[in-house]
Amino acid sequence: MASSRKAGASGAPASRRRRRQAIVAWGFCLPFVAVFTVFMLGPLLGSFAMSFTDFTARDIRTPFAVNVVGIDQYSALLSDPRFLRSLGVTAVFVVVGIPITMLVALALALALNSGGGRLVAIFRVGFYAPVVTSIVAVAVVWRYILQPDGLLNQALALVGIQGPNWLQDPSWALPSLILMAVWRNVGTLMVIFLAGLQAVPEDVQEAAVMDGAGPLRRLVSVTLPLLRPTLLLGAVLISVGYLQFFEEAFVMTRGGPLDSTLSVAYYTYQQFGFGQYGLASAASYVLFLAIALVSLLQFRLLRSQDS
Amino acid sequence: MSVTRRRPSAKVLTYAVLTVGLAAWLVPFAWMALGSVKTQGEILQRPPTWWPENPTGANFAAWFDRLGFTTYFTNSLVVAAATVLGNLVFCSMVGYALAKVDFPGKRALFVVVMVTLMVPGVVTFVPLFVMVSKLGLVNTYAALVLPFVTTPLGVFLMRQFILGIPDSLLEAARIDGAGELRIFARVVMPLCGPPLATLGILTFLSSWNNFLWPLVAAQSESRYTLPVALSLYSTGQNATDYGLLLAGSVLVITPILLLFVALQRYFIRGVATTGLK
Repeated sequence: MASSRKAGASGAPASRRRRRQAIVAWGFCLPFVAVFTVFMLGPLLGSFAMSFTDFTARDIRTPFAVNVVGIDQYSALLSDPRFLRSLGVTAVFVVVGIPITMLVALALALALNSGGGRLVAIFRVGFYAPVVTSIVAVAVVWRYILQPDGLLNQALALVGIQGPNWLQDPSWALPSLILMAVWRNVGTLMVIFLAGLQAVPEDVQEAAVMDGAGPLRRLVSVTLPLLRPTLLLGAVLISVGYLQFFEEAFVMTRGGPLDSTLSVAYYTYQQFGFGQYGLASAASYVLFLAIALVSLLQFRLLRSQDS
Repeated sequence: MSVTRRRPSAKVLTYAVLTVGLAAWLVPFAWMALGSVKTQGEILQRPPTWWPENPTGANFAAWFDRLGFTTYFTNSLVVAAATVLGNLVFCSMVGYALAKVDFPGKRALFVVVMVTLMVPGVVTFVPLFVMVSKLGLVNTYAALVLPFVTTPLGVFLMRQFILGIPDSLLEAARIDGAGELRIFARVVMPLCGPPLATLGILTFLSSWNNFLWPLVAAQSESRYTLPVALSLYSTGQNATDYGLLLAGSVLVITPILLLFVALQRYFIRGVATTGLK
């Protein structure tokens, strides 16, 4: 930081050095800036622009000959019951999925934090394993487990429960996908919460024990308040992923039955498949807005942690 | 007193519950592995058998002989390797510039990186596809690799680490007359082992499991990556051939699970750093 100022003895060489440094620095950034501009910034703005046009698959050859239709695509979206449905499905997925994921992850983190040594490492690896696996691959086995006469229903039958046809029943399909998402994502939050718990000072806990606080009391009055930033951050991180859920529905239900698992990302993909690029872009921007709001929250959280 | 006396039994109980929980947690993996070596007849049998009665390698053989596993595996590997390499080189270059060199536009660049940290693929894939089509790159490795060859997350990760390298080390090299390129290559990079390992693993993981963009950009079997191939078989005419599909799932997740078990420290550190720092 202060390097360029210290380096030169007199004014002229210092400024020359600084100029050379600036050129070198931008040279270092060039590959990133080029890729970033072409493959991220460009499409990001392109998507925004396309959402105000009637762009379809046929316009690929002449992308600039499309008609600007203003907010027509957005009003088409908002009057499409399937899009509204997808908003609802995504909202349920996020609002139900996140608290469950957080509760399970917190319980695991608390249980693992009390112990130590190799055993904890084994549990951590085991519970984390689903996180590294391809959603497509695990969705295949989950679909197999959730068949009407699959493993889950056979297990339920042992205790006298007649399980539903999980993935074909409109009221059970989304809960099934949430269950799988919880299974796959708990590991991430568990690791983040564990790191947060390990940062809770030992002496604060000891002081609470001295004051005669029981384990539950310590959890509610000491640990959780200290963990609040970590919990919030975890919630934000995971919600960005949950807002985009797509693969689960693609492999397990194809958005059905009766659109009961049609997410906004899936709706976007479908419209893209129909060649309705303008409409798909508009749908993706609605999703982007939600994710941007959540990311903004995360940015603020990160900033408040830095200081 | 009561706290110390209750502790051992509470601990045993906690671990008992955790063990049962972990066993349940890993059932899908076990069921996947067991199903992958069952014959179609046994898969359809009700009630299902837990342990395979006549273990068969036919499902795996079909992937190699009939379904072109080698092609998909090669595609996944080539794409992941190129993506990892690009991220290691390019992200550390930007990370170094952002952390240790003063230059006009630096702050703006960093803000842009931070703001786009979370831009999801679903927002950009439509215009990206239009562009890639215009360039005639559909169904090429270039289309699969280039959008991910450097990422804001990687830049952020490297910058955070390089910020912590003492300026005095760089000053010493500068006084010796070393240019920025030399300082970067000879002083900074040798210290960056840990974040490069984390970045490499995170990138490999997201590339290996990446789905939406390869699904859109790879339009023939010759360029399918493993998840794309598996998803298309599992929703196509083989949708109920579970022995085959489970064998495919085993083939997709085994490399990554082995990597994870071998390098779990780095995986978990990666999550903790990107989540918390």
